[in-house]
Amino acid sequence: MDLKGSLCADTWGKSSSSSGELPKRMSSNNSSFADFDSQQPQQKWEDQIILDYGMRMNSPFPEFNQPQTQSPLPCDSSNQIKFPVQMNEGLQANKTEDWDPKAMLNNLSFLEQKIHQLQDLVHLIVGRGGQVLGRPDELVTQQQQLITADLTSIIVQLISTAGSLLPSVKNNLSAAAPSIGQLGQFTGVLFPPVDDLKGGVQPQNSSGRKVSNNLNHVDLGGNCVTEQNHTVEEHELKDEEDAEEGENLPPGSYEILQLEKEEILAPHTHFCTICGKGFKRDANLRMHMRGHGDEYKTPAALAKPHKESGSEPMLIKRYSCPYAGCKRNKDHKKFQPLKTILCVKNHYKRTHCDKSYICSRCNTKKFSVIADLKTHEKHCGKDKWLCSCGTTFSRKDKLFGHIALFQGHTPAIPLDETNKGLAGPSDRREGNEATSKIGSSINFNFSSNVPTGNGTQNDMDTKGSADDSASFFSSLNFDTCNFDGFHEFPRPPFDDSENPFSFLIPGSCNYIPKTGGDSSLNTLK
Amino acid sequence: MKKPTKMAQPQTYTNNPFDILTEEIIFTILDHLNSHPFAKKSFSLTCKTFYLIESRHRRTLKPFCTQLLERTSFRYPFIAQLDLSLCAQVDDNALNIVSSSSTWKSSLWGVNLSKSRLFSEVGLSSLCVNCVNLVEIDLSNMSEMGDVAAVAIAEAKNLESLWLARCKLITDMGIARIAIGCRKLRLLCLKWCLRIGDLGVGLVALKCKEIRTLDLSYLPITEQCLRSVMQLQYLEDLILEGCYGIDDDGLATLEQSCKPLKVLNMSNCQNISHVGFSCLTNGAVSLQQLTLAYSFAFTADLSKCLQNFPALQSVKFDGCSVTCSGITAIGNWCASLTELSLRACSGLTDEQLSFVVQSHKELKKLDITCCCKITYVSIDSITNSCTSLTSLRMECCSSVSKEAFVLIGQHCRYLEELDVTDNEVDDEGLKSISRCSKLLNLKLGICSNITDNGLTHVGKGCSMLKELDLYRSTGITDVGIAAISHGCSSLEEVNIAYNDRITDASLTSLSKCSSLKVLEIRGCTHVSSVGLLSIAMGCRQLTVLDIKKCFNINDNAMLPLALYSQNLKQINLSYCSVTDTGLVTLANINRLQNMTILHLMGLTPNGLTAALLSCRGLKKVKLHASFKPLLPRSFLGYMEAHGCVFQWRDKAF
Repeated sequence: MDLKGSLCADTWGKSSSSSGELPKRMSSNNSSFADFDSQQPQQKWEDQIILDYGMRMNSPFPEFNQPQTQSPLPCDSSNQIKFPVQMNEGLQANKTEDWDPKAMLNNLSFLEQKIHQLQDLVHLIVGRGGQVLGRPDELVTQQQQLITADLTSIIVQLISTAGSLLPSVKNNLSAAAPSIGQLGQFTGVLFPPVDDLKGGVQPQNSSGRKVSNNLNHVDLGGNCVTEQNHTVEEHELKDEEDAEEGENLPPGSYEILQLEKEEILAPHTHFCTICGKGFKRDANLRMHMRGHGDEYKTPAALAKPHKESGSEPMLIKRYSCPYAGCKRNKDHKKFQPLKTILCVKNHYKRTHCDKSYICSRCNTKKFSVIADLKTHEKHCGKDKWLCSCGTTFSRKDKLFGHIALFQGHTPAIPLDETNKGLAGPSDRREGNEATSKIGSSINFNFSSNVPTGNGTQNDMDTKGSADDSASFFSSLNFDTCNFDGFHEFPRPPFDDSENPFSFLIPGSCNYIPKTGGDSSLNTLK
Repeated sequence: MKKPTKMAQPQTYTNNPFDILTEEIIFTILDHLNSHPFAKKSFSLTCKTFYLIESRHRRTLKPFCTQLLERTSFRYPFIAQLDLSLCAQVDDNALNIVSSSSTWKSSLWGVNLSKSRLFSEVGLSSLCVNCVNLVEIDLSNMSEMGDVAAVAIAEAKNLESLWLARCKLITDMGIARIAIGCRKLRLLCLKWCLRIGDLGVGLVALKCKEIRTLDLSYLPITEQCLRSVMQLQYLEDLILEGCYGIDDDGLATLEQSCKPLKVLNMSNCQNISHVGFSCLTNGAVSLQQLTLAYSFAFTADLSKCLQNFPALQSVKFDGCSVTCSGITAIGNWCASLTELSLRACSGLTDEQLSFVVQSHKELKKLDITCCCKITYVSIDSITNSCTSLTSLRMECCSSVSKEAFVLIGQHCRYLEELDVTDNEVDDEGLKSISRCSKLLNLKLGICSNITDNGLTHVGKGCSMLKELDLYRSTGITDVGIAAISHGCSSLEEVNIAYNDRITDASLTSLSKCSSLKVLEIRGCTHVSSVGLLSIAMGCRQLTVLDIKKCFNINDNAMLPLALYSQNLKQINLSYCSVTDTGLVTLANINRLQNMTILHLMGLTPNGLTAALLSCRGLKKVKLHASFKPLLPRSFLGYMEAHGCVFQWRDKAF
């Protein structure tokens, strides 16, 4: 902990001069950005978090809407500098300077107060221990209601503030980006990653991993990269099982690697050599490394590390499961190697770990890999082919095969149209509540209040809104208070393309922060 | 129980000679009392005993309305076959009455609900549950009920025959339910059940092993389900009309064909050629009837496929393009055909047809409608080879000369059905045709060459004639009709539409045909109410009457119609001079089901409403669209709730 903290503090000190570099890149090289951070007064950490939090929530919005080609005029860039500085100052010290969008400042101040209040409340709940969920006493419900009300107002405020930013979007882009970096760093200090012990395994892991197609997204900024990564991961997941079957490599023709259980279950595999922050993907690490200095910004440093193709014939790598007696273990008689790290991870979780993810819809199916749960949830409840024996089938032909096989079984036909309500919105919301329960009690609260918290969401299609709002709240929740439970918080499917609120969902906040406060926002540093 | 006491009483008090007869003997007499429709009614009205015996004897019932069903169930306790297709209002209530009748519960084995739309699954369920001996049920046109009805049907465990034609809402799930509930099914008609696919049919074939007849017409099925269908051990009759999902490639994958198959209909299967057909029929040695209308070309290859069916009797190639080699190969078939249809095979030539009929001399039925190329030569060889022909349809064979028809009369003495519509036949031909004394059905429509002379010959020779069509045969006058009605007293159906020279005299002479059921005098402008009066008085069995465009027919004709033609079911009054009064009078016929009332000048909305309201059994009314806004909506709703369908026509006068 100490080591980690100091490391981060150092980085902060160092990066104060260089943190402007990334936004510069993003907005076509505004060289004057270096000033920005040096002007910034160093305030109390906690304050900063909260303030930056507010900023951060805004930041993705301009970014998403902003054309990448920004005018590189000097006057423009100076404007860009001014804006964040003033805003930060105003926010941090809560003294209202005469900056023209006064209303917005008021809004932000209000937000700040609210978040303070909420934070205190949540702290209180944290102090009482994690068993809040189980107890249905009045105090808890009152607290939950309080939090709900507060959050609702915060969200509404946030949205309106973000909306008011729209006209001045051009100036905000550069301002927003550094603040992201700041937040990342602060949180990094406050909540250092718990798993830096595993840093040692990093080299091996990174060499075995295949992370592709990230390069072209690097320019878009951290948010987009993470989104992309997410989908890439899913694809890999799908392919993995099929791909490894039927492979007939002669023994000895490949190198067998075996990771330890801890390594497999470690949430991160790529670690920053400077600050020690962990990442799931090397692309994210490279993005992060840019914040550590100019030497990491060269195209060569940002490029995907290619295997030294041609120079030496690479021995094919295959993986062994550390679980003794497993068929995937190298000591097994009929050893069948696993192809990639991802295969190892999924195999290990599926086969040798508890199935801790329970489908919130059917409450029967259990999974140890979140992606499996999500795949299942896509189809869960759609088992509309019902036999008289009570067995349900997701496919009609399977039901008919079942009926053909057994005497006396017959398809069950609903006498009414009652089955139509099955996939209704209320059910979905319940599902989300339960999903969130896995994370923490607070989270449960949030998603249960989705419809009241944001009236406009009712217009959206139910699935999208439910999923996205859940993620929205979870991320918010996540950064304000740190729960261990968040490690395993199931990530909602990322299909918010039509969602008008997608700008409020910073992908980087949603998906990467698996380890408490160790926010992936550090990528930008 | 009741019978002995009733029988005993008359024995003691009277000397009724019929009392000696046992009930069984009278039952046997009643069995043969079918020739006249009112015979049994008269019998039952003779005396109480006969009334009772007739009630106990009756097995079939075809009521006109459901209102009296409860009382009918007391009068006729042993009804086995109940046909409700004539009733307009068959609702749950009616079905409950049927299924709650103490005797019908066990006696009913067949119910026809094919034209009823008002009942729900509740009534159907009570029928299927209570009538334990039900083996036959016709639920065609059940367009508003889906799988819930199927659930109800599945309760009838003993069901053997089930018609579900045009039950478009029943899905695979429903039919699976039926397949599992009704394991004894022998006949299943799923025509036009568009939501039933491979899975449903496959399951039926798997679960109902007894199936003999299977109609899968127009289903979206592929060879997937045929695989199970082909394994049915007793399947004799398979109808695959219009199954576009079945193709050659799919059929090629079938491992086995159905051995016991006797009847196969693959009309309108556009994606099949003789290759797929041979895959499907390979080994079906007992095939007797084959219908391949409008499907694939009749080639030599196909002909070769058909060679190996020794039992083949009937083949229909309607609308197929025929090739010379294909047709000539028919001669090599080992089977001797009795029925051949080459309807609308436009390429058929004299040589081909002559060759075919010469090699199949046993032909009884031949259909060469619309074969425009054939001439006198063909008719010559047909009449020479196939002397036992009973049915010859040659409508619109326009190249056949008038001399050819003389040959028909000379050689084909056993003809019962002759269709020479739109041909060159003249009086000489008719004179010859009149030698066919067994003729029942003669169609002479659009034969402008025939006159009264020819008809007089027909009237003299064909005394058994039941159906005569003289549509637009404009050479006919009252004299000819008089000769016909004098000679053919058993006429049941007459069409003399659009004959300008027909007057009331014709109708007066036709009124002697007391069994006349269908009369069409559309467009006979000289016919007046007087003529119709005599028809109404003479032909008490009249059920269908078309007097469209008989402008001289007015309200005066409606009163006798209402009075005497109590059997009238269908009437077309369009363009007549009938007014409100006439229509209201007509509405007294309580069997009236189908009315077409277009362009009646003297008709007001009020009169129409009054008339329609008093017709309780109406099922279909065709009205001019201009009436739609004029009639109260509540009235239309009421009529529709009572089983009446409105059809609105927007045709100019």
